[in-house]
Amino acid sequence: MAHFTKATSVKDWLNQRLAVEKVEKVMASEYWIPKNINFLWAMGMVLAITFALLLVSGIFLLMYYQPDVKDAFYSVNYTIMRDVDFGWLWRHVHGVAASVVFLVIYIHMFTGIYYGSYKKGREMIWISGMLLFVTFSAEAFSGYMLPWGQMSYWAGMVITNIFSLGGLHMDGLVEWIRGDYVPAQAFLTRFFMLHVLLLPLAIMGLIGLHFAALRIPHVNNQDGEEIDFHAESKKYLAGDKAGSKVMRFANDFMSKDMMVVGIYLIFFFYLVFFQYGFALDPVNFDPADGLKTPAHIYPEWYFLWSYEILRPFSVNIGLIAFGFAQVIFMLLPWLDLSPNAVPASRRGAFNIWFWILLVDMIVLTAMGKLPPEGIFSTIGLVAALLFIILWVALPFITKNEKKA
Amino acid sequence: MHNSSRRGFMGKAFGAVAGVGAVGSLVAMKKTWDPLPSVKAAGFTTLDMTIYPEGELITEKWRGKPIFVLKKTPEMVASQTESQKARDVVVGDSHFMLAIGLCTHLGCIPGYNAAEKSFLCACHGGQFNWAGEVTKVPPPRAFDIPPFKIEGTKIVLGEVGPEYKAMKDSGITL
Ligand code: HEM
Ligand code: FES
Repeated sequence: MAHFTKATSVKDWLNQRLAVEKVEKVMASEYWIPKNINFLWAMGMVLAITFALLLVSGIFLLMYYQPDVKDAFYSVNYTIMRDVDFGWLWRHVHGVAASVVFLVIYIHMFTGIYYGSYKKGREMIWISGMLLFVTFSAEAFSGYMLPWGQMSYWAGMVITNIFSLGGLHMDGLVEWIRGDYVPAQAFLTRFFMLHVLLLPLAIMGLIGLHFAALRIPHVNNQDGEEIDFHAESKKYLAGDKAGSKVMRFANDFMSKDMMVVGIYLIFFFYLVFFQYGFALDPVNFDPADGLKTPAHIYPEWYFLWSYEILRPFSVNIGLIAFGFAQVIFMLLPWLDLSPNAVPASRRGAFNIWFWILLVDMIVLTAMGKLPPEGIFSTIGLVAALLFIILWVALPFITKNEKKA
Repeated sequence: MHNSSRRGFMGKAFGAVAGVGAVGSLVAMKKTWDPLPSVKAAGFTTLDMTIYPEGELITEKWRGKPIFVLKKTPEMVASQTESQKARDVVVGDSHFMLAIGLCTHLGCIPGYNAAEKSFLCACHGGQFNWAGEVTKVPPPRAFDIPPFKIEGTKIVLGEVGPEYKAMKDSGITL
């Protein structure tokens, strides 16, 4: 039987029951971080903080929001925005955070691609990260339905229609997802449930998995150097802090992380107070009308690149290209055949591939926002084809890469 | 030995119970997301076909969806190709383009340009002519035609009449 002694302090009392000291060591002061990293490694923490902002602002919105097709629009645009004291603040924080979180996710992803942080034991970090990306996308889409404005309705219509899978004509599946022939009450309430319960739960679980996946391989570093964390941490604990290649996560690395978070939060609240407009589409300030499509519909900026891959093709080919774009990032660790896990700048052809992919996705994003006419259609088509060609070419480019 | 086979049996017995439970729950969950009977039942709309002006697009509503009604002008009727004739809905001596007003690509409502007698879908640039046929992709097929039944000078949407059945059987509409 476990033996308990009279506690000498509150800490000792807790230690006997919860091993708090041990937990603190494992999670923080003896969780080792390489010294050779830069501010891009703080993006994970920035994402965690942004998720917390979404959660808190969401809880306050939830207290006045009404998931009813008759009341939803007014509960958001009148009750929350005008009646509730500081209601606008929660809405602006929520909207801005939902948009900015994708900017940070993209920076975080491209950092991972640039430094090769998805191979040599880091595959599970990458996969859990991509699953987070997918669930975040679903979370953003379901949240977009809730104000029940024109953009909510028509985005709901178009995106659910994708599930008819073009030539397969699975209209029954679309009606099942909606619970109606068109987006209506059943649709709104079930997306409300997804947005406030099921998807946030999944995200929290996936963040746990993402962190667990980091534990054994540890984070990568600016040179892709394979560090012997066991030996280096011993050196550190023996007193050779300067000679060791690693440092404690807390408080040492954390203080640097939080410095970046501080700068980010200043930028973030600048957007919330003075530049929130980009996160709230003006068309969505008209209530949903099933008999009138807005003149020009487009998704939020973070979905534009994949939308532009769908748009220039006939329906079936478009859907195949779109499906390709959704899953291909997930397969990156197996499409990059080179064993080198070093920065792209030292990887020859891969470096070129990396920058073309980045620019191509920016071009796709820009074209997705413009009406599908004339020269924009053509540029969009070329950029979409280039995206596919790049991914098909990746194994060939990396196969014969020299050992870096 | 004896023990392990007993545990093996208990494991399998639990697996069987859990399996039945899992399948049952999935069925219940699937059915819970089906459209409600009230949604399915509220599905009939009657249109008086004598009131439509020639050459003008009128939008009606059926099952929450827009329905396009365009009474064709004599010039349109005279110029119809075989495939356009096959989509023609004739009530008395009037000819109509009758269709679900949702783009067959991803479901936006295309806008009608009366001067050019054609539809443009703003979502992804699809185009249709006045008879409902595609003139520019991505839409994969002409406008779908809603189930209809002709009753004198009226049309009931949601009921299947012989004219609609013939169109469906010959693959003119889905
Ligand atoms: C809300 C979503 C996310 C949160 C909260 C999050 C959090 C974190 C944290 C705290 C770290 C460790 C610090 C760092 O290296 O930045 C990390 C690392 C990582 N994450 Fe995420 N992440 C998220 C989404 C993603 C996504 C979408 C991807 C892309 C597929 C991804 C891929 C990675 C990779 C590859 C690493 C390892 C970086 C390295 O070893 O250098 N994460 N994440
Ligand atoms: S929905 Fe009409 S072209 Fe895509």
